[in-house]
Amino acid sequence: MTDQAYNFAYLDEQTKRMIRRAILKGLAIPGYQVPFASREMPMPYGWGTGGVQVSAAVLTPDDTLKVIDQGADDTTNAVSIRTFFERTAGVKTTTRTTDASVIQTRHRIPEEPLTDNQILVYQVPIPEPLRFLEPRESETRKMHSLEEYGLMHVKLYEDISRHGHIATSYAYPVKIEGRYVMDPSPIPKFDNPKLGDMAAIQLFGAGREQRIYALPPYTQVVSLDFEDHPFEASKADHPCGLCDATDSYLDEVIIDDTGGRMFVCSDTDYCAARQAAGFKGKDAA
Amino acid sequence: MQAETLAGGFDTPAVQSAHAFRGLLEAMARPGTVRQIGGAAPPRPLSPAAGCALLTLCDTDTPVYLAGGADCDAVRAWLAFHTGAPLTGPSHCAFAIGRWEDLLPLSAYPTGTSEYPDRSATLIVDGTDFAKPGAVLRGPGISGQATMALPGIKAFQDNNALFPLGLDFIFAGGSRIAALPRSTKITAPATVTEVF
Repeated sequence: MTDQAYNFAYLDEQTKRMIRRAILKGLAIPGYQVPFASREMPMPYGWGTGGVQVSAAVLTPDDTLKVIDQGADDTTNAVSIRTFFERTAGVKTTTRTTDASVIQTRHRIPEEPLTDNQILVYQVPIPEPLRFLEPRESETRKMHSLEEYGLMHVKLYEDISRHGHIATSYAYPVKIEGRYVMDPSPIPKFDNPKLGDMAAIQLFGAGREQRIYALPPYTQVVSLDFEDHPFEASKADHPCGLCDATDSYLDEVIIDDTGGRMFVCSDTDYCAARQAAGFKGKDAA
Repeated sequence: MQAETLAGGFDTPAVQSAHAFRGLLEAMARPGTVRQIGGAAPPRPLSPAAGCALLTLCDTDTPVYLAGGADCDAVRAWLAFHTGAPLTGPSHCAFAIGRWEDLLPLSAYPTGTSEYPDRSATLIVDGTDFAKPGAVLRGPGISGQATMALPGIKAFQDNNALFPLGLDFIFAGGSRIAALPRSTKITAPATVTEVF
């Protein structure tokens, strides 16, 4: 079968309409998880089936797509999804954040501030922020409807009593416009401050869990915390080994078996652009 | 009549509905902004933009309520042929379409339940005049504030007070659309001097 045998962007039109309706309701109720009839996709659960379905429903032939996995454009997940849409939608793809109109991401927000011409699509494994505290869907749904979020604060408090600080470092819960508590997907909490007041539209798709949720631009997003233990966006306390950036989120890379390690930007496009501009870190060749 | 029923759909459904949806997405995400959408030629009295929104969002899963003048044989047949959407009354509809005065009262439509606020109607208000002076909007999707022509103020304030329940609106006129989600806070146009 040739690639042209597929409908534009792989999904059939009825599926896209169903997803599109869910996206519009999600935008109208920021932070609320809209159930949708997630389809089987030609990739395993955990590889971004939710994000892929949202991207497929949003893409037009004029779009330029960027896909990142933990900030990187060149990992297996990112490469395979990018190729998937090149073949089934015929869209242009890029690795440059500024050139992209739709960015599908797994667990990072690009360092480069996004603009109002861009859409950021997140791949979400567990959309329910209360799931590990209350396994029953019937109960968590009731908790959201009653705004009963005390349990989440108990969890953060238990972090403090055990570790002396809030040890949750990724998938850090946020409250949207003073109403819904939302899981921002497993982005590092370093990225949490970028969620709010962002110029781009943010869409979240969870394929296995069959949920879509959304943040319109310029939405108020507050990371949960306590007055005496305020939220802190943290990162490794180093400059990037390759581009010397001090403001980007860093991956720790083990480089030998004698304890050697280096810290590099997790956002490969940001790092490459800085290196091209002449910035050089201490580990750069 | 037969020809009118069969014509006026998308020529290339996948691509045209993708473009139309992007317009709807941007409109719903940024209340107060007006977008162009096109590709559909529905029978009168529907505007091309309203017809385009129906083709993009409606199918056999979405009961549609045709209000007032929109409830005519030509529109019924066109909608049935192009979308297959079942027709229903306001209390069970997923989408309603018609002029603002025909869509009233808003209390007739489902606003969702506290556990499923998404199970609410979307009203497509046709025949919108986007040039009218606007109400002031604040809320998600809006940096600071925006303005938008609205057929009323109180009805939308009451709808916002139901949040997270409530109705969502798509305004159509000619080939243009705008949208107003339930999350937007509305105040009357500042004709009197505002006190800061």
